[in-house]
Amino acid sequence: MAANMSQKETHWNRTRNLMIVHMVIWFIFSFVVHWFAPQLNKASMFGWPLGFYMAAQGSLIVFVVQLFMFAKQQDRIDRECGMAEEE
Amino acid sequence: MSMFRIQGSFIDNLPKIYGWYTGGFLVFIALMALGEKFGMSADAIGIGFVAFTVVIYAFIGYLSRTAQVDAYYVAGRQVPAVFNGMATAADWMSGASFVAMAGGIYMGGHPYLAFVVGWTGGYVLVAVLMAPYLRKFGCYTVPDFIGTRYGGNLARLLAVIVLIAASFTYVTAQINATGTIAAKVLQIPFGVGVWIALVAILLCAMLGGMRAVTWTQVAQYIVLIIAYLVPVFWMSSKQGFGYFPQFEYGAAVAKLTDLETLHQVGILKPEHAVAGMSALTVKHSVAMDDPIAKIKFVTLVACMMMGTASLPHILMRYFTTPSVRAARNSVAWSLLFIFLLYFTAPTLATLTKLQVLDPSLATSIIGKPVSQVMALDWVQKWHNVGFLSVIDANKDGIVQINEFFMRGDIVVLATPEIAGLPAVVSGLVAAGGLAAAMSTADGLLLAIANALSHDLYYKMIDPKADTKRRLIVARVLLLAIGAAGSAVASMRLTGILGAVAWAFDFAMSGLFFPLVLGVWWKRANQAGAVAGMAVGLGVGTWYLYAVKWGGMKPWYGIDDLRFGIIGAGASLIAMVVVTLLTKEPDAETKAMIDEVRIPKGASVLASTH
Repeated sequence: MAANMSQKETHWNRTRNLMIVHMVIWFIFSFVVHWFAPQLNKASMFGWPLGFYMAAQGSLIVFVVQLFMFAKQQDRIDRECGMAEEE
Repeated sequence: MSMFRIQGSFIDNLPKIYGWYTGGFLVFIALMALGEKFGMSADAIGIGFVAFTVVIYAFIGYLSRTAQVDAYYVAGRQVPAVFNGMATAADWMSGASFVAMAGGIYMGGHPYLAFVVGWTGGYVLVAVLMAPYLRKFGCYTVPDFIGTRYGGNLARLLAVIVLIAASFTYVTAQINATGTIAAKVLQIPFGVGVWIALVAILLCAMLGGMRAVTWTQVAQYIVLIIAYLVPVFWMSSKQGFGYFPQFEYGAAVAKLTDLETLHQVGILKPEHAVAGMSALTVKHSVAMDDPIAKIKFVTLVACMMMGTASLPHILMRYFTTPSVRAARNSVAWSLLFIFLLYFTAPTLATLTKLQVLDPSLATSIIGKPVSQVMALDWVQKWHNVGFLSVIDANKDGIVQINEFFMRGDIVVLATPEIAGLPAVVSGLVAAGGLAAAMSTADGLLLAIANALSHDLYYKMIDPKADTKRRLIVARVLLLAIGAAGSAVASMRLTGILGAVAWAFDFAMSGLFFPLVLGVWWKRANQAGAVAGMAVGLGVGTWYLYAVKWGGMKPWYGIDDLRFGIIGAGASLIAMVVVTLLTKEPDAETKAMIDEVRIPKGASVLASTH
């Protein structure tokens, strides 16, 4: 039972760390990038003013990729800690 | 429709069934196009599209009828991740996303993109903080989680109240949108249209609850995404903007900056206001380097994201997957399917604007003689229905930027006509808008009716009710809520119902922190959650009232669209303070939270409860 508890703890620590990593990425592409949109707009990417691009497409692509990665990473944590569901 | 007879392996056959369905829909579009060639009128084509799709939705709704509680509330928890992703995308994208978003960007430029960022990034919160844990919990409704995690009927009741405050204004707007399209296509009065719309919406949900709504929403997603993308690809390749304009319109954005200087956008202001319409006064890609403008952008993003993660009709979609793992994957798929529309909307806004502003294109309006503009077919058509207006204020006979007024909705609805595409495309767009509005209305109605039937009736009033009785109550409530929504919609209180954003603010004010902290903070207790919901909803509503009607000056640009910032802030403070002042949750509750945090093992609530 003690071993089981510590396994649960490891699982939750890793889960929480993964959550923090993803919340940091989320925060940057939700808020920080758009706060500096006026400055970013002075640069251009494939013709787009960069600030506009990030709000119209860039952040969105980051979110989509991030979520597929998150699903994979969390799944790995679950399996390695023996906490995954039985299929 | 013989494929529906293979009952047992329905889930295994999903790709085949919806593959056939998609093929069938494309064949139908081709038939309508053929019909147009042989003289079928545009009106008849519109009726054809609407009737054909609604009959299919109703048929799916009928086939999905059920007499089982878990099928009715959570589709029997067997919806695969990808299909649940499609259903969520349809549930999510409302009539407003479909019709108004591109127009909003056209008129509002960069600041409006806060909606695009907010309505996609919210899914990161859903996936990382909420959906997998709520799925493990095994609840039927969002108040079911609150009520069980924190214990006590008061917490459950408050969650139901927040849910209704958030969902009801939203559903009325969707019934309104469905009714508007029905009225326009069938050429009946709006007051009749909303009731016909309600019948169509209920046909999808009445008999099969969540199971029926799930399979119709998948069908509706397929229709709405085809209807959104086909006109854009077609218009783009026809007008020489490229075959895949989403990845090529950068140059168009840059070009607009020059054209805005040429046409003096932002310098010339309209001399008269025209009700419901506006002239273009905001530059497309300019982001103002001013603290209030920046605060407005990020607070709107924050409200839409936290609202997304608190809206019960979205969260409850993730209760239907077979596993916790599938719930997580499903959020990623949902966002991918939503992304397809949301990254196309700015593309459409940009290209439409270019067509109107660029004098080197045949479609241009600004800088042309008034008589020539008024002779255009599409201008006349939308002018006649009050969506567009040209007022030659300086009487020089030329259309200036501040003399051309329109409603934002035109950007999606008129694109086929501006580019000279056949009428069949307009019929397709009507079917798409209808699918978007109906699917969202269904999800919202079900969320409200289920919370009332499961949490209020079964859990609080009559816990001994048998399955049959519970399902009858659920259906009667669905009917009643739908009728109430239609009655309010038919009163056309557009000024009050216009703000879909409020639904997000209400949801985040009352539910965001009680939901998140319920999983992530073991110490959170009943008194804290009750305080969080009551104070959040109360303070949020007070602030909304004060800035919208009370004449109070918004704090730091936080206006009525952003009141959730104030509500959720108050909710967090109240919840933390009250929790720390009262005693810790008991060992049993803590053990329950430990269980919720791991995917393995049985769900906290029994699969049928």
